[in-house]
Amino acid sequence: MALTAMDIYKNLPKTNCGDCGVPTCLAFAMKLAQKQASLDECPHITEEAKEALSGSSAPPMKIITIGTGEKALKIGGETVLFRHEETFHHPCGIAIQVNSNLPEDELRQQISTICETEFDRVGMTFRLDLVALVDNDGNLPAAAAVAQQVSSLPLILVSDDPQAVRAALEVCAEDRPLICAADADNFAEMTGLAQEFSCPLAIRGETLEQLYELSEKALEAGVADLILDSSACDSSSVLQDQTTIRRAAIKEKVKPLGFPTIGIAIGDDEIDKVTSGCELIAKYAGIVVTDLLTRDTLLPLITARLNIYTDPQKPIQVESGVYEVGEPDAKSPVLITTNFSLTYYTVEADVSAGHLDAWIVVVDTEGTSVLTAWAAEDFTPEIIAKTIKECGIEDKVDHRIGVLPGGVAVLSGDLEEASGWQIVVGPRESSGIPAFFKPEYTQRIG
Amino acid sequence: MPFTIPKERWTAQVQTTTIGAPEADGGTRTSTVTVGGEQTLPFLHFEGETPNPPVIAIEVLDEAPTGWPEPLLKHYQEVLGDPAAWAQKAVAEFGADMICLRLVSANPDGTNASADDCAETIQSVLKAVGVPLIIWGCGDDDKDNEIMPFCSQAAAGERCVLGSATQDNYKTICASALADGHLIVNESPLDINIQKQVNILVTDMGMDLNDIIMYQITGALGYGVEYAYSILERTRLAALGGDKMLQMPMLSIVGSEAWRVKEAWQSEEEAPEWGPLDKRGIMWEVATASLFLHAGTDILVMWHPEAVARLHDLIAELIASPQA
Repeated sequence: MALTAMDIYKNLPKTNCGDCGVPTCLAFAMKLAQKQASLDECPHITEEAKEALSGSSAPPMKIITIGTGEKALKIGGETVLFRHEETFHHPCGIAIQVNSNLPEDELRQQISTICETEFDRVGMTFRLDLVALVDNDGNLPAAAAVAQQVSSLPLILVSDDPQAVRAALEVCAEDRPLICAADADNFAEMTGLAQEFSCPLAIRGETLEQLYELSEKALEAGVADLILDSSACDSSSVLQDQTTIRRAAIKEKVKPLGFPTIGIAIGDDEIDKVTSGCELIAKYAGIVVTDLLTRDTLLPLITARLNIYTDPQKPIQVESGVYEVGEPDAKSPVLITTNFSLTYYTVEADVSAGHLDAWIVVVDTEGTSVLTAWAAEDFTPEIIAKTIKECGIEDKVDHRIGVLPGGVAVLSGDLEEASGWQIVVGPRESSGIPAFFKPEYTQRIG
Repeated sequence: MPFTIPKERWTAQVQTTTIGAPEADGGTRTSTVTVGGEQTLPFLHFEGETPNPPVIAIEVLDEAPTGWPEPLLKHYQEVLGDPAAWAQKAVAEFGADMICLRLVSANPDGTNASADDCAETIQSVLKAVGVPLIIWGCGDDDKDNEIMPFCSQAAAGERCVLGSATQDNYKTICASALADGHLIVNESPLDINIQKQVNILVTDMGMDLNDIIMYQITGALGYGVEYAYSILERTRLAALGGDKMLQMPMLSIVGSEAWRVKEAWQSEEEAPEWGPLDKRGIMWEVATASLFLHAGTDILVMWHPEAVARLHDLIAELIASPQA
C-alpha cells in the first residue's frame, strides 16, 4: 500500500534543515511519495522511521547512472506503465554502435560525429547519449583507449569475452562504462568484473525466466547496478518482454526486474530500424542501441523520445516574443498566438507548409492553448496589446495589421482599441492558414 | 522464487465492427473489413486475444492537392484529380484494406463542388474498387450538412463509414447513416469526455453502438503525437475496464498529419540539419503510425505507399506470437 506524503511526513525529523537538498521536510515527503527521492537522502532519519518507511519509499525501478560527472546518464526510476498516470521520468538513452575494429582515424571520426550530433527542437537542444563500442576480434581495449580520449559521452562496452572487457576496463573504468553483457556462459567472470571495477552491468537472458534468474544471482553476488536485456528480436517479443519487465517491477515489486532495460533497434534497413526504435522508446526501454548514423534517421527517434517523455502535466512552453518563419520583412503578415508549445509549433508548421514568410507574436498564457487561455482570461485584449507593444514587432514591420485566431474573433474589437492595431480575424484552425494567406489576403485586408 | 508473467484481468473487450456490405448483405463490396474485438492492450498475446488485426485505409482526395513534396507526388502524379483511378491504384498496387475518400472539393473556400458532384464521385469510386469506403466531408459544417445526405444516399446499403459527427454537429450525418445503413465516425478534440458525449448523443438518435468508430484527432510526430498517443491508451484502458460508451474501434489519421509537418517535406538545402529528404517523410509517417498502433488504434488512414507497406509488415509481426 503506497503511503501518502502526510504518512511519510509524520516519520521525518520535521526540522526543515534542508540537508536532503529539499527545503522542507514536507516537500521531501512529497517527493518520497512520488518515488522521486530516496529515504537515504535524509541524513537525520531514525532507524525506526526508516523501517516504517523503507518498504514503500524505495523506487520500484532503480535509477542507474552510466558515466561520471557531467557526462553521466541517469536512466530508470520509472514509476508508471502509462505516461498519463504521472509521467515517464528519465528519457531513455540513445546509444550508437561503433565497430571497434575500425582503423583508428575512422574510429576517432565516428565517435566525434556521434558526440557532436545535436538537434534543436521546441527551443531546446537534444543530443545522443552513449557510444556503444562493439568488440571485434579482441579490438575492444584499443578502441576503448581511443574512445576515452575522444568521447564526451559515456561508453557501453559490448562483448561476451571477459578478457577483452577486463582489458578495456583497465583503460576506461574510471569513466564508469556499462559492461554489456553477462549471460549464462560468462556470468561469474562478468559479475566479478562489475564488482572489481564498480561499473554497471547489463544482464542478458535467452528468455525472461533466465533473465530473472541471472539478475537474482547478480544481486545475491552483490552487483547492485543492473540493466536488463531479454534478447528479444522481433516486435512482438520486444513488446511482450518490455511490458512484462515493467509490470513486474512497478506493480509486483519484483526486485530482480526492478531495473531499466536495454534493447536494439533491429531491422533490414533504416526505416525498419526507426520503426523498431520507436517501439522501444514507447514501450519502456531504458537504452535504445542502434547503428543508425544519419541525421534523417536519428531525427524521428530523438523526436519520438521527446514526445513520449514530455510530462503530460507540464506542457512545454515557448518564450513570449516575436518569432520569424521563413524570411519575413517589414511588409510580412503578423500572426498572434499563445505560448503553449504545441499551439505555437502547429502555427509555425502551418505557416511553413504554406511557404509563407511571416512574424508570429507569442503571448505568454502560461502554456495554454488559444481557447483555454481565452476561457481562463490569460488571452485578453489588454494582455495581447501589452505583448504587441513590448515585444518589438512595431520596429520590425511598417504596417499595423495583426491576425487573430478565428476561435477568439470576439476579442477583435477590444483588441483594436487596446493596441491601436487593425485586427483581422484569421482561420479557426491553424491548418487554414495557408489558404487564408492566398494572394487575395492583401486585398481582403486592403 | 520462480518467476511468473504478471497478467491483468480485464473485464471487457473492444467492440467488434464490420465495415462494408457484400452482395449478400445488400451492397456491392467484394471485401469487408472487421476491426475491434481486442481483449487486452495492443498485441499482448500472453494476456488476451487480438482477433482482428488493425487495418490501413489509404486516403484519396477528390481533387488534386497542391504543394505535395516530390517523394509523395511521384507515386500518385498520374491519378491526382481522378479519385476513381487513385482509389484503384491504392488498392491494386499499394494494398489498401479500405479507401478513405475525402471530399475536399466541396469546401466553399475552394472549388465549392455541389452535392451532386460529390455523390457522383462516390459512385465512381464505389465502381472502381471493391474494398469498403470511409467517406469524409470537407470540414465545413454547413456545407457538409448540405452534401452528406446525398453522399450517403449515393452509397446506400454499402455499410460505408461517414465522417464525422462532432458534439456540435452530429444530427444530419447521423440521420443519413441511419437512413442508408452506414456507420459513422464520432470525432472529439483530444478529450475523452467529449468523445463519450458524442457517442451518447448519436446512440440517443438510434445509432447502434456497433456502427460507431471513434476519432479523437491526431497529431504528427513532433507535433502533439503524445497527446493522441495517451488519449488512445486511456480510451483502450476504459474499454477493457468495461466502459460501454468507449468500446468502439479507434481511427487515426496519419498521412495528412505527418506530411503536413516540415520535417516531412522541407528540402535538405532549406534544412541541412535534418539530412536527406527522400526518406524523411516516409519515416515520419511510419514513426507516427507505429506509435498509434502501440497505443491501440484500429484503423490507420495513410498516404505514402512505402509507409503503408511498412505498417502492413509491422502489423503482421505484432499480430504474430512472439518468436521463441
